[in-house]
Amino acid sequence: MNRNGSIIHMSGIRKVYDTGKVKVEALKGVDLEIRKGEMVAIVGPSGSGKSTLMNLLGCLDTPTAGSYELGGDDVAGVTRDELAEIRNRRVGFVFQNFNLLPHISSQENVEMPMLFGGVPVRERRERARDLLTKVGLGDRVDHKPTELSGGQMQRVAIARALAMDPAIILADEPTGNLDTSSGSDIMSIFNELWKQGRTLVIITHDPALAKRASRVVEIRDGVVMNDHMN
Amino acid sequence: MITIHDVLAQLLRDVRAEKLRTFLTIFGIVWGTVAISLMLAFGNGLHQHLIVQTAGLGDRIVIAWPGATSIPFQGLGKGRKLRMTDEDVAYIQAQVRELKGICGEYENNLRVEYNAKTISVDTAGVNDVYGSMRNQVPSPGGRFIDALDVRDQRRVAFLGDKLAADIFGTIDPVGKTILVNQSPFLVIGVLKKKAQDSNYNGPDNQKMFIPVTTYRALTGEKYIDDLIFQPPSAADTKKTIDAVRTALAHKLRFDPSDKEALAAWDTTDQFKFFDNFMLAFNTFLGIIGVLTLIVGGIGVSNIMNVVVEERTREIGIKMALGAKQRWILMQFLVETMLVTAIGGAFGFAISIGICSIFPKAAEEFVGHPEVSPAVALLTAAALGLVGLIAGYFPARDAARLDPVVAMKL
Repeated sequence: MNRNGSIIHMSGIRKVYDTGKVKVEALKGVDLEIRKGEMVAIVGPSGSGKSTLMNLLGCLDTPTAGSYELGGDDVAGVTRDELAEIRNRRVGFVFQNFNLLPHISSQENVEMPMLFGGVPVRERRERARDLLTKVGLGDRVDHKPTELSGGQMQRVAIARALAMDPAIILADEPTGNLDTSSGSDIMSIFNELWKQGRTLVIITHDPALAKRASRVVEIRDGVVMNDHMN
Repeated sequence: MITIHDVLAQLLRDVRAEKLRTFLTIFGIVWGTVAISLMLAFGNGLHQHLIVQTAGLGDRIVIAWPGATSIPFQGLGKGRKLRMTDEDVAYIQAQVRELKGICGEYENNLRVEYNAKTISVDTAGVNDVYGSMRNQVPSPGGRFIDALDVRDQRRVAFLGDKLAADIFGTIDPVGKTILVNQSPFLVIGVLKKKAQDSNYNGPDNQKMFIPVTTYRALTGEKYIDDLIFQPPSAADTKKTIDAVRTALAHKLRFDPSDKEALAAWDTTDQFKFFDNFMLAFNTFLGIIGVLTLIVGGIGVSNIMNVVVEERTREIGIKMALGAKQRWILMQFLVETMLVTAIGGAFGFAISIGICSIFPKAAEEFVGHPEVSPAVALLTAAALGLVGLIAGYFPARDAARLDPVVAMKL
C-alpha cells in the first residue's frame, strides 16, 4: 500500500494486441487509482477495453506501456512466476463463466489457490470449509461444479477468490451468466464483503450492479470517459 | 512449500476425473509392452528350443581324446601314449579361462540289474556341467546330475530314454533303485527324447550317466576317456582348441603343435547355418519390435497431445490462481511417469500370464516362452519417454501462454 492508501495505481496504461497484420489498441492510456475499501464498478460497452483492463488489473496479462503498482509494488517487468505469485496472494478472481475446475469438488476448488500458496493441508481444508459455509454452501463442499447451479458455482468461485485473503477482489461480469435472482444473491455477497472493508473491482454492464458500487468508472474506446462516486 | 504429497493428491484427482484418457494412455503402454515382451519371449523360447532340437550331441562343444605323441619333444620319443586324469582337466580349466564349461568323461560297460533283468550298460561318469553342454534335458519329473551329487559322491543315475524303456517298460523309473556293479543306485532322471544325428560310444538314449566321483570310486578308474569342452563362441573354436592343447602339452610335456596327442572333434561347424538363421530371425524380430514401438509411440503421443490440448483451459485457470510454470510441468511429468509405470507393470503381468497359460503341448514345437523383465521395462520406458516428449512441449507451451489466453481456448 502506498502513501495515500491506494491499492491500485495505474498511469498511462496502453495495451496493443498485435494479431500479425492488424494492430488493435485496446487501451490508449488509462490512469486509474483505486483506494482500499472501495467498491468500483467498471462499465462500458463491449469492445471498450474493460475486459482488457480487468486482465491487466489482475496481472493475467501485461501492459504494452505504462506503469502499474498493485499494493505498492511495481508490477511492470516482473517475471511470469512472480506474476503468478502476485495473482496468488494479492488478487481474488471471480469470472463470468466461473472457471472452476470441473472434475474436482467445491472444497478442492477453493483449496486450489492455497495449494499454490503453500498453505498447510489442515489449514487449507478448514479455511475452504469455512469460506464455503460463509457463502452458504456448507452443505455442498463435496459437490462437483457440474452438480451445482450457476449461482452456486459463482459462490464457490467467490469462496475461492477469498481463499488467500487477497487485497483486492476482481470480478469480471460476475452476474453475466446468472438469472436475476442468483445475480442478486451474488451482488448481496459482494456488498457484504465491501461492508467488511474489502476492496472490490467489478466489471459489468449491469446497471443494477453498477448502482450498488461506491464508484463507477466508465471506459470507452480504451480511455476512462467518466469516473464518479455514487 | 508445495510438497510431493500435494503433487500426488492433485494427480490422483486428475486421473480419477479423466478415467477415459488415463485408461487410453495406460492401455497404449500396456499394449506395446505386451506385444514386444511376448514377441521376444516366444522368439527366445523358439531359439532355445531349436538349439535343443538341433544340438542333440551338444551345444557348440568340442570333444577331444588323448592319443599318442607324433612329434618328439624334449628328449621324449614319439609314439608315447598319453593318459589324462581329473587333475589335468582341472589344470586346463585353470589355464583356459574363457571356457564356458569343461568335463572329463569316463566310459565303460557296467552291469545293471533291476528285478530279474541284468544287462550290460554303456555308462559315463560325468560332472554337472556335462548336462547342459551335451544337452541332456530330463523328462518332466526328473533331473540331471547336479553339483551336490558330484561333491557327495552320490549313487544316482540318469538314464537314456531307450535304456529306461528297456529296463522299466512303462513304469516311471524316477525314484526306483537299480543295482550297478552290485551297488544300489537311485534313478534321478530320464533323458527327454531328442534328435541326435551323431555320437561317440553310442547314442545318449542307450547310455547311463552317473556322477564322476561315484564312477571313480565304483570302478577304480584313474584315466578319463575323453574331454568335453565348450568354447565361448562358435567363432573362437579353433583358438580355444589350440589353447586347450597348449595347456595340456605343458602339463603332460608334448609338443603343443602335436595334433595327434590330443585329437579334437569340433562339432560347431553344423551351427554355422543355424547361427545365420537365428541372426536373420532375430533381425526380423528386431524390425517388428521397432515398428511396434513406433506405432505404440505414435498412439501414446497422440493421446498425450490431446490431453494437453484439453487441459490448456485448466492450466490457464490454475495459472490465474497462482500456479507457477514448474508446478504445471511437474504435475505433467509425474503423471506421465506414473502412467508409464502402471502400464509397464500391467503389460509385464499380462505377458507373464499369457506365457503361463500357454499350452504345454504347443511347447513341444515352439519351445517355452519366457518374458524378460528387462525387455518389459525398456519397452514401457521407451513408450513413456515418447509420451513425455510428445506431451512435454505442448504442456510447456500452454504454461507459457498468458493465463487469460489459455483460459479462453
